[in-house]
Amino acid sequence: MTLTRLAFAYARRRPLSTLLVVILLAIGVAVVALTLIVSRELEEKLTRDAQGIDLVVGAKGSPLQLVLAGVYHVDVPPGNIPLASVATLRANRMIASVIPVSLGDSFRGYRIAGTEPAFIEHYGATLREGRLWDRPMEAVLGSAVAQASGLHVGATFTGSHGLAEGGGEHKEAAYTVAGILAPTGSVIDRLVVTPLDSVWAVHEAHHAGAAKDEDEHREVTLALVRFASPLAAAGLARSINKETELVAASPAYETARLLTVLGFGVDLVRVFALLLMAASGFMLLVALSQALEDRRYDLAILRTLGASRRKVAWVLLVESVMLAAAGTVLGLLFAHLGAYAIGTWLPQAAPLATAAYRWLPEEWAVVALALGAGILAALWPAWRAARLDVAATLADG
Amino acid sequence: MFELVDVVHRYRAVPAVAVPHWRVGQGEAWLLSGPSGCGKSTVLHLLAGLLVPTYGAVRVAGVDLGALSEGARDRWRGRTVGLVPQRLHLVGPLTVRDNLRLAQSLPGLTVDDDRITALLEAVHVADLQHRYPRELSQGQAQRVAVARAVVNRPALLLADEPTANLDDAHAAQALELLRAQAVEAGATLVVASHDNRVKPLLSFAYSLPVTLASAA
Repeated sequence: MTLTRLAFAYARRRPLSTLLVVILLAIGVAVVALTLIVSRELEEKLTRDAQGIDLVVGAKGSPLQLVLAGVYHVDVPPGNIPLASVATLRANRMIASVIPVSLGDSFRGYRIAGTEPAFIEHYGATLREGRLWDRPMEAVLGSAVAQASGLHVGATFTGSHGLAEGGGEHKEAAYTVAGILAPTGSVIDRLVVTPLDSVWAVHEAHHAGAAKDEDEHREVTLALVRFASPLAAAGLARSINKETELVAASPAYETARLLTVLGFGVDLVRVFALLLMAASGFMLLVALSQALEDRRYDLAILRTLGASRRKVAWVLLVESVMLAAAGTVLGLLFAHLGAYAIGTWLPQAAPLATAAYRWLPEEWAVVALALGAGILAALWPAWRAARLDVAATLADG
Repeated sequence: MFELVDVVHRYRAVPAVAVPHWRVGQGEAWLLSGPSGCGKSTVLHLLAGLLVPTYGAVRVAGVDLGALSEGARDRWRGRTVGLVPQRLHLVGPLTVRDNLRLAQSLPGLTVDDDRITALLEAVHVADLQHRYPRELSQGQAQRVAVARAVVNRPALLLADEPTANLDDAHAAQALELLRAQAVEAGATLVVASHDNRVKPLLSFAYSLPVTLASAA
């Protein structure tokens, strides 16, 4: 008969109070751990999507909007830039590569990106089926688009105007699926990629009578730029912003800014969860104090049987840590199952389903915090148990 | 077996009990008597090492309890003394068998399940070994409390008012149980009681003198 078993027997004797403490602590732990998993995944996803893009050059407007539209494909781009400016950028010796991107249409909520084959290479995507386009109005589908739409190589589809579902369809200009990309875990999985000519063709057909086949009048939405050397980071963006009608935005800088804003919200949620954990620690303290009153005679008997003050205190401490451990394990389980459920149910959050299997080093801190709360909550009742006047308790009956 | 010499124990500066001299031999069965509030329970607690006298010495089996540290007294108590409290209190969340196992493990002894089985059979509660205290009658709880007190074969068995609230037949049964188990364990028995029915059933008696506290 170990003291741990005795502590377990005491905890089992008060099922309601035990359950409440464990569940409250589990909710706190789950919220903290879930925010850790989600924010880590978000950070990694943002970093992954922006990898290898040093600048996004587009029309005058908000740099953050430009990055959101051009790198993460979640916002409307501020406008278009002349195709000629792509050539100007390419001529700059500080720039290693320029990938023009034309946005404006979508297919069932997935964006259609007019670009060059270098765009696909940039994301390290490979073809799972079919081939790359070799003429306008052919498209390659990202893996998520192919899965959601069920389209196969050779199928045709039409894009809708605008970047969200519900825009007017370009029925006069149908795309043919030339290939389907293998999953990459990056933003390209959720894109329909087609040559720039397709986007121009669709819009020229839409706006009948507009100028055709004149490169000097053509536009793209933005250009993804990679520096030739780290030295370019110092002044290239500044010179573009100062000397041209274009805006150059750094994804690294804008992402950091975005994470700072998002981080405030995440921190608020974490503070709330920590308060929940503190509340459950306080509830544990109240439950143990109440249990101590109920068990005074029991504890006195333990002392008559030869238990030292330390052993009597240990029973309460072990009981508290045991409940905290149960809440922690349950909370972490909730967090990982929650991440898996969100990743499974929300296609935009699909990587979370994989992240759910991963243990983050920061989760050790959550474990330490929860067990620490358990130890702290037990200190006062354990001290009182150790100081129990055995003779007086036995005499009082 | 034990000896109390010039013992005075004060509670909040008031003398709670005074024992000028009391010497008891190994294996004897004693009644510790006196009116309510005279300090019978206090003397039992002094003998069990739960209290240390304000003055005087308590020696049990050659050990001066006042000379032991608190931790050493705790270990000594678990191995040397069996106490049957007035409320017959058993540890609620544990089964009958686990109550006895706890009594063996707390002072650091190895749990002896054969001894426990034999003891439960001897006090006729072997069939209740997996029951919880709340499922026992008063008589059954008393048997288990006695079994728990003697499970470590103590040298000294102490019982506090074991016949309180019992009718004559049950009172006689309770005392017989204590005597029999004390004999089986080779223990000295001290029964603190103000019940006149107890005196004829025990060989020796020590009457506590009235203290200031009890007189008040």
